[in-house]
Amino acid sequence: MADTSPPAVPVVKKGGLAVLEERLFRCFDDRRNRYGAYALLVTSSLAIPFVGDNYVLEILTNSFFYIILCLGLNIVVGFAGLLDLGYAAFFAVGAYTTGILTSHYGWNFWLTIPAAVVFSIMAGVIIGGPTLRLRSDYLAIVTLGFGEITRIVARNLKDITGGASGLIGINRPSIFGLELYQIHHYYYAFFALVVLALFVSYRLQHSRLGRAWQYVREDEDAAEAMGIDRVAIKLYAYIIGAVFAGVAGCFFAAKMTAISPETFQFMQSATILMAVVLGGMGKIPGMIVGALALVLFPEVFREIGSMRMLVFGVVLILMMIFRPQGMWPERRN
Amino acid sequence: MTVFDITIQQIVNGLILGSFYTLVALGYSMVYGIIKLLNFAHGDVYMVGAFVGFAILSFLSGLLGDQWAGILATMVLAMIAVGFLGVLIQRLAYRPMLSAPRLSILITAVGVSLVLFNSVMAATYGEYKAFNTGLDYEGVTMGHIHITYTQMVMVASTALLMVVLHLFISRTIYGKAMRAISIDMDACRLMGIDVNKIIALTFFVGSALAAAAGVMAGVYYGSIHFFMGFVIGLKAFTAAVIGGIGSIPGAMLGGLALGLLESFGTQIPWVGTEWKDVFAFGLLILLLIFKPTGILGRTEIERM
Repeated sequence: MADTSPPAVPVVKKGGLAVLEERLFRCFDDRRNRYGAYALLVTSSLAIPFVGDNYVLEILTNSFFYIILCLGLNIVVGFAGLLDLGYAAFFAVGAYTTGILTSHYGWNFWLTIPAAVVFSIMAGVIIGGPTLRLRSDYLAIVTLGFGEITRIVARNLKDITGGASGLIGINRPSIFGLELYQIHHYYYAFFALVVLALFVSYRLQHSRLGRAWQYVREDEDAAEAMGIDRVAIKLYAYIIGAVFAGVAGCFFAAKMTAISPETFQFMQSATILMAVVLGGMGKIPGMIVGALALVLFPEVFREIGSMRMLVFGVVLILMMIFRPQGMWPERRN
Repeated sequence: MTVFDITIQQIVNGLILGSFYTLVALGYSMVYGIIKLLNFAHGDVYMVGAFVGFAILSFLSGLLGDQWAGILATMVLAMIAVGFLGVLIQRLAYRPMLSAPRLSILITAVGVSLVLFNSVMAATYGEYKAFNTGLDYEGVTMGHIHITYTQMVMVASTALLMVVLHLFISRTIYGKAMRAISIDMDACRLMGIDVNKIIALTFFVGSALAAAAGVMAGVYYGSIHFFMGFVIGLKAFTAAVIGGIGSIPGAMLGGLALGLLESFGTQIPWVGTEWKDVFAFGLLILLLIFKPTGILGRTEIERM
């Protein structure tokens, strides 16, 4: 009985650990420290290809890819507070745009990126437009359905998408005459994308739009009363998230040179969501932590293999009950 | 086959499909009506119901045979077992979240879905299981149409479950408490209703109905697998929205409507069976644009 009554004032425990934690966060929230940390990360990331072997580079490139997806989903889930359960669909839109345009129509890889952006925006408007007017729960389940539709369409349009076996032999992109084919080429390409995604995320977070998202997330009605068009700004969040995934999908297709519908299952969306929740929704450095945790976890604990998603599910529930702000929560004043 | 034969055949198929959707949609709608939670894990509860039924039937078939008696006993036992599973899920995962932000509780529901789905996958090694029963294809033949007794019994038992549920909600004190909580939970608490108990009961009933659908699906299709709950979860949600989410007669109506629409939809030449899921979701999106409250749903005024 007692535990369902509406919460009174939240009790703040100030144990030894909590104080330590508070200090740690303050340290990372400090601008100078943050720039220092990023400078360290950037230099070490740039240096890694000179020392690491292909295995390490492969894992890190994969992590970079997930960092971009997490940053994109973070805009939807973290900034705007909308639950998207079909995020992999946007990544599929980008990957298939690149795959189809380069292999069927002989487009240059770099030209397919603007096309992927346009298609991602279209998909975002088609799904977000009608559902964002309604309660946020509807969006969650419609996106779940959309993710499934995308996969089915990719499987059924055999002439264009290659059906269930997928598209193979996607052309490698080249830049200034250098063809990108080795793992360290893609390592740097994805690294550049991560830097771009981080930059865009930070700029958005502190922009007028970013503040509007936060307002709508915290109190939709008050935000609307202050003249914020809640449907429009939610749609912006949704579209920007879609574009992040679309662009990441283009590079994914180029790196893998083969894509199939099964890459974009619900589990893919759930995995990205998991990383966002783990890292702390709304917290940009948290996305790096979450994505790294997600990619490294199965590498470190190889023996549990297929049980990975089961563990994720349990962690997701426990996180929501005991630590809804994520491992690295957002500090609110 | 004449147009008339095809029509009758599709009505029968639609009713069967609609029975599954309805039974699962009821669980969505009941839980949504009472605590405003979209229980994503509900499709997986249906799937677990099929597997629990499979386990019980393989045990009971030695005692009661694998025909009507055995299947009936299996269904009742599976409903009870999965009902308690629903209560357990509610107690462990959702009850601590009742006053949390909506995003948190939705993510919790995704977590529950992952846990159920992956535990069954691990337990069955991701394989299909043959749901063997001793039922045959005997039935009534009219011209080109053949309707088996199994199909008739399934539609009849769904109807029976719906009538029982309707009486339970409208005539018993527990049903009254459920309806009251869906209107104002805090007032109910002040009036001395044990809100937690009633919420648990709602989960019990919803999960039991999903289990009934799961066992029926196993009997009807003859094979079950860990992924069977995903698409039906989405479809049942669509059904609940068609009828008006939160409304119990709405879920019944929506389930049957979706079943019939889908079975007739696949007859349209360019739709075909491989596009039937896209058809259902496309319908959902159109519905959300033009009539988000569904056929019997109430317009939601407050959004606080």
